[in-house]
Amino acid sequence: MSSFLIKMDFKGRDIISIRDFSKKEIDFILDYANKMLIYAKGEKFEPVLRGKVLSSLFFEPSTRTRLSFETAMNRLGGRVIGFADPSGTSQKKGESLADTIRMADSYSDVIVIRHHQEGAARLAAEFADVPVINAGDGAGHHPTQCLLDLFTIRAEKKGIKNKNIVLVGDLKYGRTVHSLAHALALYGAQLTFVSPATLKMPTEVINDCKELGVEPLQTSSLDKAVKEADVLYVTRIQKERFPDPEEYNRVVGSYKINIELLKEAKKDIKIMHPLPRVTEIDPEVDKTPHAIYFKQAFNGVPVRMALLNLVLGGKL
Amino acid sequence: MKKELKIPLIKDGSVIDHITAGNAVKVLHILGIPKGTSAVVSVAMNVNSKMGKKDIVKVENRELDPQEVDKIALIAPKATINIIRDYKVAKKHKVELPDEVIGLLSCSNPTCISNAREPVKSRFKVVCKDPPKIKCYYCEREPEDIADRII
Repeated sequence: MSSFLIKMDFKGRDIISIRDFSKKEIDFILDYANKMLIYAKGEKFEPVLRGKVLSSLFFEPSTRTRLSFETAMNRLGGRVIGFADPSGTSQKKGESLADTIRMADSYSDVIVIRHHQEGAARLAAEFADVPVINAGDGAGHHPTQCLLDLFTIRAEKKGIKNKNIVLVGDLKYGRTVHSLAHALALYGAQLTFVSPATLKMPTEVINDCKELGVEPLQTSSLDKAVKEADVLYVTRIQKERFPDPEEYNRVVGSYKINIELLKEAKKDIKIMHPLPRVTEIDPEVDKTPHAIYFKQAFNGVPVRMALLNLVLGGKL
Repeated sequence: MKKELKIPLIKDGSVIDHITAGNAVKVLHILGIPKGTSAVVSVAMNVNSKMGKKDIVKVENRELDPQEVDKIALIAPKATINIIRDYKVAKKHKVELPDEVIGLLSCSNPTCISNAREPVKSRFKVVCKDPPKIKCYYCEREPEDIADRII
């Protein structure tokens, strides 16, 4: 596997936005993540990051992203320091993010940051010498989620090009769908965006897709869109992103994925969700072969292992 | 009939011409004028010209640095600067936006980290020079009204 790694050098590189990566680079990361699968499952152990320390700075709540980063680092033999709640840190005393980053930079070899403000990871990268990985910056980017989504689609549907991928839910505030739409367009997928009128995909994302040669369909009708879908990517309508609670109340519960809806779908349709879900997917769907959201969440481990290994120059 | 000048000729100094009508005051603000200068500054607004209405600014006894003036292309992309020596145009320069604008505007996104109490200046990438379009380096938001964002 070592010769495979040498082809592209990611050592020391920040992972802030999926837009910072070419398709070739994304392919490389996904291929590398595929090689990580046996290590991610714990079937094989190579402590290639022994002696390396990851700073896990989560200024916003997270379950999957934080735990899968910690798992990824542990599976590679590295150690993790950090916090999952900033209330116990000097941020509460008014310390700037820049100063917190300076500290983490001096204590560790890589920084993973989730923050409620857009651009926080980009700012962190300015103040850190060690590589910074963005684990979500407000309504901004979440590149590792995007990579694991691509990894999942590629694995489950044997490719991305020309696949009909339907993104449904909050397409306005949802940070994952903006990056994902860009990346899917980069791969030449057919895109359909389903949302209530007030939560439509922003124009700049639509234009971005068009510039990449993909003309997305936009609709508010999930029933129609689901019939042609190869992948249904469902998102939660996130209360915390709404500046106006009234707006939230008007749209929450707009779409619900259940067995009834899926009767109209292709037999091999796959349902994805970045999780957490609330009411948008009926738990009955979990038992069907269509539900791949838990597998998708697991895929965060090999993908993040690949990234940590690459930015830290691991020899696996 | 002799054409009447709206503002008199200057002997030495700088003339910023073809400023988008109504933006002269903002241009002065970007250039930090009159702060830090005791020069005589004349402003003419909504002056008729072949290309419609425009604003003009004349600064006496001060030669503005063209690089400095380039920043005004954010709100006046068609502006020109003439350096005047002894009533004659010694140098002429058409403003051109630099690739990046630092510390001049605030991001329109209230939750952008550049609007937080952090030791950084605002930073915008210029994505289109004419008409000017900029994108925040941090949050990647494009402000709709650039003039509104000038600090």
